[in-house]
Amino acid sequence: MNPAPSIVFFTTASGAGYGLLFWLGVLRPLRLLPASPSFALLALAIALLLITAGLASSLLHLGRPERAWRALSQWRSSWLSREGVAAIATYVPAGIMGLALLADRPGLATVAGMAAAIGAAVTVWCTGMIYASLKTVRQWHHPSVAPGYLLFAGFTGAMLLAAIGALAGRPVVPAMLSILLAIGALAAKRSYWKAMDAPKPAAAPTLESATGLGFIGRTRPLDPPHTEQNWLLREMGFRLARKHREKLRNLVILGFVATIPLALLAMIIGGPFGALLMVLAALAALAAMLAERWLMFAEATHTVTLYYNGES
Amino acid sequence: MTEIPPSSGKKLGLVIDLDTCVGCQACATNCKQWNAGGHLAPLPDMKPYSAGAEGVWFNRVHSYEAGEGAEGRTVHFPRSCLHCETPACVTVCPTGASYKRAEDGIVLVNTDTCIGCGLCAWACPYGARELDEDEGVMKKCTLCVDRIYNETIPEAQRKPACVITCPVGARHFGDLGDPGSDVSQLVAARGGFDLMPEMGYAPTNKYLPPRRPMAPNPNPPAEAEPTPLDLKNPLLRWLDRALSR
Ligand code: SF4
Ligand code: SF4
Repeated sequence: MNPAPSIVFFTTASGAGYGLLFWLGVLRPLRLLPASPSFALLALAIALLLITAGLASSLLHLGRPERAWRALSQWRSSWLSREGVAAIATYVPAGIMGLALLADRPGLATVAGMAAAIGAAVTVWCTGMIYASLKTVRQWHHPSVAPGYLLFAGFTGAMLLAAIGALAGRPVVPAMLSILLAIGALAAKRSYWKAMDAPKPAAAPTLESATGLGFIGRTRPLDPPHTEQNWLLREMGFRLARKHREKLRNLVILGFVATIPLALLAMIIGGPFGALLMVLAALAALAAMLAERWLMFAEATHTVTLYYNGES
Repeated sequence: MTEIPPSSGKKLGLVIDLDTCVGCQACATNCKQWNAGGHLAPLPDMKPYSAGAEGVWFNRVHSYEAGEGAEGRTVHFPRSCLHCETPACVTVCPTGASYKRAEDGIVLVNTDTCIGCGLCAWACPYGARELDEDEGVMKKCTLCVDRIYNETIPEAQRKPACVITCPVGARHFGDLGDPGSDVSQLVAARGGFDLMPEMGYAPTNKYLPPRRPMAPNPNPPAEAEPTPLDLKNPLLRWLDRALSR
């Protein structure tokens, strides 16, 4: 599948923003974060900025962005529509939380923050389900894909919260959390790749089942229907990644792993230098996440490629 | 609404005979011709007169080799929307632009409300939807909804453009929801099948399998002897007569 830059950026940026919003809403009432309203306001502003930038980028992916509001109508059947509804709904408690912080209403800020955390989790789940519900793409139609979106959003969000906390002088809880989530993300990615590299299940579609010609024998393409490209092949027949798969996977692993010593060191050193290391760890997490999302598309194969090259 | 409506029982669709299709591309060409001005018009062509020409087509004809040796066959294979009974291309659509008609089962796109997100094309296993990058909206086979009910054209022509143009009669159109219809009878008689049934989309269109090649005759007729008239050379003709005595 074609890794459109607008979508790769969207899921990375919005994912991190929703993760940040989630941990802010959950950890603040537990008194595990710096208590000052200015800290919460800064974290909230960064979260909303990332979310909004991501959503704006996702609009660029549309053929008719000016009609995007129509996408809010089919939440009964469509995960994309549900994602849109959840994304917009989440702005409401997030906005109330910001106003409550400004107006010094801590009780309201706590309640709104928890509601925003729920909204953030629901939105990311919907994003994951857009992909996980597609039977046509074997690499996405996998039980770990939607939970993976939650995990990666939680990981990058916790990294960001730790970085902001380090700037405010109190990073320990989100930093510990982000290290745990980094280990979880590593394990999840490794087991996902292992599952993907295993031989295809026998029930997976083949050119024989796609054409119904299997009763004659092994089937292979002879003449293509067109000699030039078309949108289908550019969108679904993207092949570059499989060539560089190992290198890119190692890059993702490296990025995830690097965050762990960086975050540990940052906690030990503390002070401005520790804060710098924590910011570096967050940036490494985001960079690795961009590579992971790019691979998630680029490695995915669509059943239509069976018709063109006999494999998917 | 992008929920699948309850079926009226009528399931209009195509039956495509892989035994007779000769891969001439006439169906694809006539489809492009009609639909460039039809219900989902226009069908864009990018760089039509230079290298890199490409555009939206509703119908693409592939050719495959199946089997080996004497059993092997070349099979031409037209691929277009199958107007599935449970198509995810409809349910994934966030706007309701992708819809299935209750009255006859035709799957269509409303290009006035489509946002061009492309998700429906991702959801179609058969590659039946192509994005119109000029207009920014999705396009697909309409089963020539603007022909089959069109009272301004002669009744005999109220069929999809691909069906009326096929020079070998490899394409048939009718109601596959009615077991007594010509197309349903044909599917029953020839063992018509679904493409990728394991995807669970329940395609309406059916494909008819290539017939088995005829087995060689176990008692071939003895080779006929040449008659004197077949021998043009006078010397050979004399030799034949002399030896036949
Ligand atoms: S063939 Fe594809 S586009 Fe047509 S109804 Fe089935 S899933 Fe939808
Ligand atoms: S491209 Fe158009 S028809 Fe297809 S899912 Fe998106 S809005 Fe619906």
